[in-house]
Amino acid sequence: MTHAHTLDVRDVTLGYGDRVVVDALDLTVPPGRITVIVGANACGKSTLLRAMARLLTPRSGEVVLDGKDLHRQPTKQIARVLGLLPQSPVAPEGIAVADLVSRGRNPHQGLLSRWTAADDEAVATALRMTNTLDLADRPVDELSGGQRQRAWIALSLAQQTDILLLDEPTTFLDVSHQVDVLDLLTDLNRQRGMTIVMVLHDLNLAARYADHLIAVSAGRLHAAGDPHEVLTSEVVREVFGMDSRVIPDPVSGKPMVLPIGRHHTQPTSIPTNSLSREAVG
Amino acid sequence: MSPRTATAIARGRRRRGLRRRGASALLLTGVVIVFAVSLMVGHTFYGPSEVLRVIGGDTVPGASFTVGELRLPRAMLAVLAGAAFGLGGVTFQTMLRNPLASPDVIGISSGASAAAVVALLVFEVDGPQVPLLAILAALATALVIYVLSFKDGLVGTRLILVGIGVAAMLDSVVAYVIVRAAVWDLQTAMRWLTGSLNAAGWEQVLPLALAGLVAAPVLLAQGRNLDLLQHGDDAAAALGVRVESTRFISIVTAVVLIAFATAAAGPIAFVAFLSGPIAARLVGPGGSLMVPAAMSGAVLVLTADLAGQFAFDARYPVGVITGVLGAPYLVYLLVRTQRAGGSL
Repeated sequence: MTHAHTLDVRDVTLGYGDRVVVDALDLTVPPGRITVIVGANACGKSTLLRAMARLLTPRSGEVVLDGKDLHRQPTKQIARVLGLLPQSPVAPEGIAVADLVSRGRNPHQGLLSRWTAADDEAVATALRMTNTLDLADRPVDELSGGQRQRAWIALSLAQQTDILLLDEPTTFLDVSHQVDVLDLLTDLNRQRGMTIVMVLHDLNLAARYADHLIAVSAGRLHAAGDPHEVLTSEVVREVFGMDSRVIPDPVSGKPMVLPIGRHHTQPTSIPTNSLSREAVG
Repeated sequence: MSPRTATAIARGRRRRGLRRRGASALLLTGVVIVFAVSLMVGHTFYGPSEVLRVIGGDTVPGASFTVGELRLPRAMLAVLAGAAFGLGGVTFQTMLRNPLASPDVIGISSGASAAAVVALLVFEVDGPQVPLLAILAALATALVIYVLSFKDGLVGTRLILVGIGVAAMLDSVVAYVIVRAAVWDLQTAMRWLTGSLNAAGWEQVLPLALAGLVAAPVLLAQGRNLDLLQHGDDAAAALGVRVESTRFISIVTAVVLIAFATAAAGPIAFVAFLSGPIAARLVGPGGSLMVPAAMSGAVLVLTADLAGQFAFDARYPVGVITGVLGAPYLVYLLVRTQRAGGSL
C-alpha cells in the first residue's frame, strides 16, 4: 500500500422513495484503520454504507474518495480502490471457490484483455490470506457458513483495493466464526494497511475490533471516536433505547455492554458507578 | 507468494475451462450433425455428396429444389431461431438470476404473437408489416413488464409474476381472435400460436440473420457483466459493473432478438426457457452460458422439427414438440420453487 486513500462523507442525505433514511450526515474514515458503524435496526447504517460504495446516489451532499466526488469517477476505477462485500451476496449454483474469487479481478480487466499470470497470483494470494487455498476447487454451495464468508472476503481481496467496506460480515455465523472473520479482517488491516469500514450488529465485538467506532441513530451521526469514548451507557440508551451497564471487557480491556432487560434487577455485588466511570475513562 | 500456489490455482482453472470447452465442442458437433441430417432426410433421401453439391451451387435434378429451396432455408431458420431464442432466454435468466425469467414465460413472446394475430386477423394487415408490428409489440410488452415490476430496483421474482400475468392476458387475446377468425385465415395465424417452420423460406431467414449479426455481439460483450450480476446487484456494482446500463442494453437487445425470431418462426414454445438450463447442465458452472445456450437452442429446434416432421404418423409443427418437452420442466421448476420456499 503506497499511499492511503481517503473516504469522506460530506453532508449526505439519503433516502428511498419519499422516505429520508440518512439526514445531512458527515463523517471521515480514518485511513489505515478499522472503522465500525453501529446503530439500531433501520437507523440507516447499511444505507450509509451503500452510499459510501457509490451504490446509492445521495439526494444532497457528496461522498468523496481521494478528494473527488464518488459519482464523478468511473465506476471501474473506483472498484480498483474501494471494495464492498454486501450483506447477502449470491453465488451461482456450483461455482468453484477459485472461479468465484477470480471474479474479483474484473475491475482490473478490459473488455478484450486476457487472464494473466498476475491475475492468478492475485487470486492465489487472496485464497492464502483467507485460508481458503484448500477449498479452491470446491463448489461454493458445499461450504459451511464460515468458509463461505472467507471465500467472499477472498473475492474482495482479489480485487486488491485499499479500502474494504463490509455490511454485517458476521451475520448468520456462530460466535467462533464471527471471531474468525473479524480476526481475519484485523490481520488484513495490520499487515496490509487496508482501510476497513464495516457495519456490525454485536456491540461488544464492535468495541473489540474497532479503532474508530461510529454510532448512528435515526439517520444521524450520534457519536464517533475511540470505542472507550463512544460506548457509554448514555450512548447505548440514546442510540438503542436500552438501559445497560458498560464495564471493561476482562479479555480485551475494551468497553463491554451488559444489557439490562425488564426481568433483570441490578446485582448488588458489582458497584455500578465505579465500573461505568472506569469504562468512560 | 509462492509461485507454486499460483500454478496450482491456474491448473484448476484450466481444468475447469477444458471441461467447458469440451462440452461446447460437443454441442457444436451436435448442431452440425443434426443440421446435416435435416438436409439429407425427407421424403427423398439425398446423400452428403448431393447436399454438398447443392450448397456449392451446382444444379442437381430434384435435389436443387428440395434441398436448396425447401430443406436448407428450413434448417437455417431452425438454427438461427433456436440460437436467437437460446441467447435471448439465457440473457434474461442470467440477468434475473432465475430460470423462470425466460422471455417466453414472462410474456415477451406472447406480446409479439398477440400483435401479429391481431394485425393479421382483425386489421387484415399482411406482408412485412406483421413482423415489424410483432417486434414493436415485444418491446412494448417488455417495457410494460419492466415498469410494472420496478420499485426501488428490480426484483427477479416480482418481474416474473408480473410477466406471467401479462403473458396470460396476451395469450387470451390471441385465443379470442383465433376463435373469432374465418377458417381460411387460420393457417397463417396458427404459426403465431405455437411456432412452426413450415413456411420457412429465405425471406424469413435473411432478416433474422441480420438481426443476429447485430444483436449477438452486443449481448456477448455484456457476457462478463451479466455473469457478475448473478452475485446480486450490489456485489456486481462493487466490482465495477454499471448495473442499470448493463440491464438496459441486455434487455433491449435480447428482446429485439427474440422478437425477430418470433417474427420469423413464431413463438416456438419453451426454447428460450429450456436452452439455458440444458447448456448449464452440459458445460457446468463457472463460465458464460451464452454461446452454449445458443447452440443448445439450435440443436433443440433442429431436432424437434425433425421429430415433428417424421417421428409420428401426423406432421406436427416444431412448437408442439418443444412445448411437450418444456411444459414438464416448467412444472418441475415451479414445484422446486415451492419446496425451496420461493428461492431458485
